[in-house]
Amino acid sequence: MRYLPLTDVDREQMLKVIGAKNIDDLFVDVPKGALLKDLVDLPKAAGEIEVHRHLQRLAEKNTPAGRTAFFLGAGAYRHHVPASVDHLIQRSEFLTAYTPYQPEIAQGTLQALYEFQSQVAQLLDMEVANASMYDGSTGCAEAAMMAARVTKRKKIVFSGGVHPHYIDTARTACEALGLEIVALPAAVDDEAAVTKELGPDVACVIVQSPNVFGTVTDLTKIGEAAHGAGALMVATFTECVSFGLIEPAGAMGADIVCGEGQSIGNALNFGGPYVGLFAVKEKLIRQMPGRVAGETIDADGKRGFVLTLSTREQHIRREKATSNICTNSGLCQLAWTIHMTLLGEEGLRKLAVLNHEKAIQLADALDKVSGVEVLTKRFFNEIALKLTKPAQEVVDKLAEKGVIGGVAMSRLNPKAGMDNVLITCATEMNTEADIAAHAAALKDVLA
Amino acid sequence: MITETTSGNRGLLQAEPLIFETGHATGTGVDLPAPQGLKSNLGSLTRKAALDLPGLSEPETMRHFVRLSQKNYAIDLGLFPLGSCTMKHNPRLNERAARFEGFADLHPLQPTSTIQGALELMDELAHWLCTLTGMPAVALSPKAGAHGEMCGMLAIKAALEARGEGDKRKRVLVPSSAHGTNPATAAAAGFTVDEVKGDEDGRVDLEDVTAKLGPDVAAIMITNPNTCGLFEPDIKKIADAVHAAGAYFYCDGANYNAIVGKVRPGDLGVDAMHINLHKTFSTPHGGGGPGAGPTVLSAALAPFAPVPHIVLRGDTRELREHTQGTQAFGRMCAFHGQMGMFTRALTYMMSHGSDGLRQVAEDAVLNANYLLARLKPHFSAPFGDRLCMHEVLLDDSSIKPQGVETIDVAKALLDEGYHPFTTYFPLVVHGAMLIEPTETEPKRELDRFADVMIALAERVKAGEVEFFKQAPKLTPMRRLDDTRAARQPKLRWRRGENDTATKHAAE
Repeated sequence: MRYLPLTDVDREQMLKVIGAKNIDDLFVDVPKGALLKDLVDLPKAAGEIEVHRHLQRLAEKNTPAGRTAFFLGAGAYRHHVPASVDHLIQRSEFLTAYTPYQPEIAQGTLQALYEFQSQVAQLLDMEVANASMYDGSTGCAEAAMMAARVTKRKKIVFSGGVHPHYIDTARTACEALGLEIVALPAAVDDEAAVTKELGPDVACVIVQSPNVFGTVTDLTKIGEAAHGAGALMVATFTECVSFGLIEPAGAMGADIVCGEGQSIGNALNFGGPYVGLFAVKEKLIRQMPGRVAGETIDADGKRGFVLTLSTREQHIRREKATSNICTNSGLCQLAWTIHMTLLGEEGLRKLAVLNHEKAIQLADALDKVSGVEVLTKRFFNEIALKLTKPAQEVVDKLAEKGVIGGVAMSRLNPKAGMDNVLITCATEMNTEADIAAHAAALKDVLA
Repeated sequence: MITETTSGNRGLLQAEPLIFETGHATGTGVDLPAPQGLKSNLGSLTRKAALDLPGLSEPETMRHFVRLSQKNYAIDLGLFPLGSCTMKHNPRLNERAARFEGFADLHPLQPTSTIQGALELMDELAHWLCTLTGMPAVALSPKAGAHGEMCGMLAIKAALEARGEGDKRKRVLVPSSAHGTNPATAAAAGFTVDEVKGDEDGRVDLEDVTAKLGPDVAAIMITNPNTCGLFEPDIKKIADAVHAAGAYFYCDGANYNAIVGKVRPGDLGVDAMHINLHKTFSTPHGGGGPGAGPTVLSAALAPFAPVPHIVLRGDTRELREHTQGTQAFGRMCAFHGQMGMFTRALTYMMSHGSDGLRQVAEDAVLNANYLLARLKPHFSAPFGDRLCMHEVLLDDSSIKPQGVETIDVAKALLDEGYHPFTTYFPLVVHGAMLIEPTETEPKRELDRFADVMIALAERVKAGEVEFFKQAPKLTPMRRLDDTRAARQPKLRWRRGENDTATKHAAE
């Protein structure tokens, strides 16, 4: 077996040193009958050629986004990732390193984490950021639980613009802790509705901008109202490229900003692994979940970095930890940092404007199709459409025409009462021909 | 010996400032088409202030991150004997397969007609995991080990609620030797934690478990093989007692590498167990993630598995994405879990096959016992009169009287070119050194490491305390000041503030 270096001669010699007769002597503590005599009922070892072929055949049964006119967003976005990003994250010293618990031999990972935290804080206009979460949805759930710890209150209010899967994820995590989730009815442009729910028991309001329908909202007044009622404002997002163009929630009074970072540096990967961005006001850092890197000095006085504030974490605090979280999203976070370094402010701003312009072109083209109403007025790169037919049916018919045209709101939330709403998105990857194909196919399907 | 250079570099090792200290807002490593100047509909919501994000050209970016990478230790450089972490070789075929366009360029919300291969892959992975563990079902979506623990505990909670005992059973038994994530997860799932003692042999105390079981107990969380590197010989009796008391058995699968293909957790009475694909099934640790924590479930818990579910209709696979009309306890994350890790793990499993996976467990346990045999004459091995599983547990009780502790041995290993073992865990053994060599180490590497450890023990005997206290001397950085980092947290660069490097250079 190509991955196992021991030879039979080695094994024999080693057993002798141990003083065991055969390998099963080493499994002496396994209860009688539980030690398998036979191999489990699975195929035997296979060479690279066979395994490669099998996996490739599975891959070929899928339709990759790039082979179609592709317009899906709703939590995951197709952007260009420079070739150098994937090359760098595959360097052995990044790919096959462990969590940097021994900082003397992990400064590479630690400095990259510190740079990541700094970039995230700058991007979101927040004071501090952690070393990343599993993804946007789990980060949003952690934000809700954190708000409950900070305020010692139990009610979490979600706007009708938050991604339904984010609400479902938070509901699962929060209700286990005895927290109450209030999810307002789905609404294209009404983030401010959360303020009507404010009261002495509300830990936080959670709003999203751009929201799941693409709507960009000024959150300032919502934040003021939340703070007036002793609650936090949590702002989430699914498209982090947007902050190259739109005002970030940090500048509008958010206490916690969390969301999905996949757009920068990371491929679609059928939903994971992704990278959750998580930033807070400095006064809240001791209640923040997740790893964090900090600056310090070594025995020679040289600047270096370590994982710090670990007294919040499970390996020290056990059942009193701020979260059970143990890993961050290391390589995805590294990819994010590398891509953001390649972009820089100028590159990011340009990328964001390109996305916005593509979406304007898409909205204009689709608005001309009979049976389509563009619902989203202020958007970044994603819009909601009201169609004259059920959106899921339209999506399936578009796919037959080689257009992956959007996500039906009914797929994300069947109970929203928005069966005819389609969420569609354009990025710098879409060509004018793609947009024309979308409009033409939609016209056919709706006719 | 030269200790200081003008450049700050040390031979191949290059000093590297922060990107914020070298890059600038107009630098960039991407060429994008020029925008057309269309009128935005954002009005006052357009970003006003500068982002102040530095950009670097591609050659500068390559150098920056390659230089950083050279300050990292990695499994591709040498033995990485971190107990409980299973740092094994990461096959590169896995990386290639995960990057096939048909997997990497696939959106999680594409119409199901366009993702049949992805769903088939997930079903195949599920089949391998269920067959290996002898469990009927698996929830694939948890994103890491601790997330898998949460999934298992929420399935238990849902099963209790379905039995009408949700309000009654609130206590979870957790051995003192458990990973910190176990009690943290039980608490986060809304349970109270009751610690179970270990016996003198490093095992869970069956009597204490039996005494603590009662009508208010929801579950027990046991790591098996346990964190002392031992298989729990009473595991079936514990499982039987737990079930007889109406509770469930959660098994922490972090140490599954020791028994994969040899023992099926399902045969031991396990109700739920997460599998760290980044440990047993070789997906890369990546400097701290991403992980993946699929969680196998017993027949009693299977109905409560979180969405999404894959549903086979004729030849077609569909996704059930909402809990309505099911007993699913909820949703763990936005999409379907760590697809990139599923691809890698399946590639690894198929490469090994049923025979190779059994060999993995056997070689992992053989390597650990070989190291134990070589090291126990020189270090205190608290359970060293017994055989171990895939981890060797030593402690510092034999060297502490000379003034050398576990942390000092760890730091001396850094100078010797090794990543140290896990230090001070499990907590039940004072000054623990937990060594996990894994099956991908050749015998000569084990011998070299054992020789180094023995030489360090000799240095302790010779009274070379200062040698240890000064270590490491040869690493890119000397010992770092953790206290300073925690007392005055500096978690990011800020313009005009973060000038330690400049100051240091001036001094």
